[in-house]
Amino acid sequence: MAPRTSAKICGMGHSMKRKEDPRFLQGKGNYIDDFTLPGMLWLDIVRSPIAYGKIVNIDTSKALEIDGVLAVLTGKDLEAYNLHWMPTLMSDTQMVLPTDTVMYQSQEVAGVIATSRYAAADGVAAVEVEYEPMKPVIDPFQALEDDAPVLRTDKEGQEDNRIWHWEAGDKEATDKIFDEADVVVREKMHVPRIHVASIETCGCLADFNPVEGHLTVYMTTQAPHAIRTVLALVAGHVGLSEEKIRVVSPDIGGGFGGKVPVYPGYVIAIAASVVLGKPVKWIEDRMENLQADSFARDYHMDAEVAADSSGRIRALRIKTLADHGYSDAQAAPSKFPAGLFSICTGSYDMENAYAEVDAVYTNKPPGGVAYRCSFRVTEAVHCLERIVDTLAHKVGKDPATLREENFIGKEAFPYQSPLGWEYDSGDYQAAMDKAKEMIGYDDLRREQAEKRARGELMGIGVCSFTEVLGAGPSKDFDILGIKMFDSAEVRVHPTGKAIARFGTKSQGQGHETTYAQIIAEELGLPAAHVQVEEGDTDTAPYGLGTYASRSTPTAGAAGAMAARKIRDKAAKIAAHLLEVSEDDLDWEPGTFSVKGAPDKSVSIQECAFAAYTNLPEGLEPGMEATNYYDPPNLTFPFGTYICVVDIDRGTGEVSVRRFVAVDDCGNIINPMIVQGQIHGGLTQGLGPALYEEIPYDEDGNNLAGSFMDYLVPTAVETPAWETGHTVTPSPHHPLGAKGVGESATVGAPPAIANAVVDALAHLGVTHMEIPIRPDRVWEVLREKGVAG
Amino acid sequence: MARHNVTVTVNGEAHSREVDSRLLLVHLIRDELALTGTHIGCDTTHCGACTVLVDGVPTKSCTVLAVQADGADIGTVEGLADANGMSALQEGFMQEHGLQCGFCTPGMLMTGTALLAANANPSEAEIREAISGNLCRCTGYVNIVKAVEYAAAKMAGADAPADGEDN
Repeated sequence: MAPRTSAKICGMGHSMKRKEDPRFLQGKGNYIDDFTLPGMLWLDIVRSPIAYGKIVNIDTSKALEIDGVLAVLTGKDLEAYNLHWMPTLMSDTQMVLPTDTVMYQSQEVAGVIATSRYAAADGVAAVEVEYEPMKPVIDPFQALEDDAPVLRTDKEGQEDNRIWHWEAGDKEATDKIFDEADVVVREKMHVPRIHVASIETCGCLADFNPVEGHLTVYMTTQAPHAIRTVLALVAGHVGLSEEKIRVVSPDIGGGFGGKVPVYPGYVIAIAASVVLGKPVKWIEDRMENLQADSFARDYHMDAEVAADSSGRIRALRIKTLADHGYSDAQAAPSKFPAGLFSICTGSYDMENAYAEVDAVYTNKPPGGVAYRCSFRVTEAVHCLERIVDTLAHKVGKDPATLREENFIGKEAFPYQSPLGWEYDSGDYQAAMDKAKEMIGYDDLRREQAEKRARGELMGIGVCSFTEVLGAGPSKDFDILGIKMFDSAEVRVHPTGKAIARFGTKSQGQGHETTYAQIIAEELGLPAAHVQVEEGDTDTAPYGLGTYASRSTPTAGAAGAMAARKIRDKAAKIAAHLLEVSEDDLDWEPGTFSVKGAPDKSVSIQECAFAAYTNLPEGLEPGMEATNYYDPPNLTFPFGTYICVVDIDRGTGEVSVRRFVAVDDCGNIINPMIVQGQIHGGLTQGLGPALYEEIPYDEDGNNLAGSFMDYLVPTAVETPAWETGHTVTPSPHHPLGAKGVGESATVGAPPAIANAVVDALAHLGVTHMEIPIRPDRVWEVLREKGVAG
Repeated sequence: MARHNVTVTVNGEAHSREVDSRLLLVHLIRDELALTGTHIGCDTTHCGACTVLVDGVPTKSCTVLAVQADGADIGTVEGLADANGMSALQEGFMQEHGLQCGFCTPGMLMTGTALLAANANPSEAEIREAISGNLCRCTGYVNIVKAVEYAAAKMAGADAPADGEDN
């Protein structure tokens, strides 16, 4: 689609270079560890070496003898203020510091406050904690057995390790279809525990001013406003009142969902600042980050598809066990404990579906965060896209063909899914056609047949996903009761330049650029003249933050609506300046002109100046507007990904030879940034597909607690991604946009897994668990007698 | 703890400090010299966010002691741009969208700068190998490779390559 605005205005559709880049490229970013304040102290944290046990004693005396160590905070100290527990964003509870029991390895046990980073670390090493270890519950299936110990004895009425049960769909009708179906396929699959592993870890600088009773917290948070409210709710009883709390989220070195929760480290730093009256900084190291921060995924799914003999899908049934660790510390909308897992019917039209999820406690770190995913969409898509391939193999159809025969037709939108969603728009066949053409699908199938005849292992994997994004409409979506709207506040200065503030918070997505382009699109001001600010709760309007691909669907929409209010006011001013009626005006981006007399015109900048200098009678001075946008529906981006892999029969190594991603995120604001989001998302899909997992041994030891074992893809394993797009606008979003940040993380793992299974399908392989490590492949090759 | 006098030249400017034996080079650069463009991402030499040039060699400053750098000539991201503006590589990152959150970027820039000093026209495979010790979680590396290619072309006096294609 050709841009509507000139390159000078740089509205939607222009690949504007990013406004944030010059500071990042010259080492002038402002990340959390770059902040210092006079008299600043350091917090470092003592962590549990065991997964489960009683704390017999904490001896802080040697730590306190160390030069520079000022204090050691324990759970008992926080208990005096009733700050030793905190709520999670899912209304569960989580310890800030324990008073008697540790529940997972690397749990925070005490906080050491010192005058330097090094002294704080010395203090941590000198705190002596005596534990009485207990046998941990690590396997979530064992956690449900009758003889399993009840882990959350702190919760009144908790008699087992179940957290909640969730279900969606018509079980009876679905079961009936299964009973009578020609074909039923079933796969059990685990989407394992992984970690966002943003290159910047988490941290904060808490600055309590005891004279003013005012707290400023600079912190790595994707949702600063919500965090401020949570702080006011949990610490109101010790005098922290919301108007005296300022949360500032500075430049963030990657978030991906991992910087949504409130971690104990933040709270300990705040408590320490309040107690000592000094600024206290806490920066976690990589091992703390991988071992204690909220994990993602960990869904054990048992999936079945019922179909007719031709492979026409009739129903889907999924039973899931969700391992949440010791607390449900995910950050999903409150009415959606299993997130938006009910998107699991995906791109296919079927008669019915039923999905259920049971969540359990284990002795692992808490979490379930939506890692680059709109709340469990990744798990749902992986499950469906894998089992659809199993069905294709079972009925002897090409997996692309089987998908095409089951697609929801483009004429069927808005489409009511069996599990209750109203998909806004889609053209799945168009994305499939484009992906097949880009990769040369038929030629690849011929090549595969030739290679197979020679004993070489090559696979082609297809995934046609549908996402559900943009949470969300206030009738259904809230976090801790706060509705999931988002906001924008736009102010045009007298000289025609503007500032726009939003309730979201970029972590690399380029909001300073794309939001400016949205304002430019609507007002015709050059995007270069629009300053975008986010992240400071004292200045930005209230919003729920950036995660779940919600920034464009919610705050982006708010920006457009606020700009339109300003344009409406500008039209009144233009009519005044041109001495005509508003109805006699035409609008081209940036200019009002008189209908039929285009040479009689005023620019938006002239209208802005007049808003402060020459107003029509009765019009309020100034030129600013605010919008709190409550979306009428979610958005449903989609795409088809096709992947080609080669497998080394000697080592079992999988290499991704080619990967074509065709995405449809509706109208595109900045094509360059959208493509960058896809590239990054694909790489975060490659990781879990082939390399990344945080496994635990039976004693609850984290086996991937550093980058030595947690294998983030490097430039060498990562292929040269090939991208394309189709455009099916969202009918309800003011800009027709849908959001794009997470599509590729969602779509890539099943495409890669399907390619590996496809390479091995002739050997009778129907499923491979991710991550598909070389040893897992080699075991299969050995078992099938084809290892080289 | 023993204290040592350390003298380093950073981006052409000499600095002397008395430091603890255990002070890491990255903390000397960030905390003592207030050059916060060099980042810390892992403490274990895996991620490369802390990469600086020590006598021209890309070095992960989170696992080097400040005392080991005594007398060294150190280059950090703050030294790449000059009065004429950003370096060709910095410009390449901007033009090719080779950065998103920007946290790994200083390390990538220093590694890329050293690569181009040693190899004026690296192949894609050589670029990928060179930056394999620098993790990026945002970009998927494609545009970082293009950014290095852009800089190589510009430094050779050729026209900059076309923008990345999206069909």
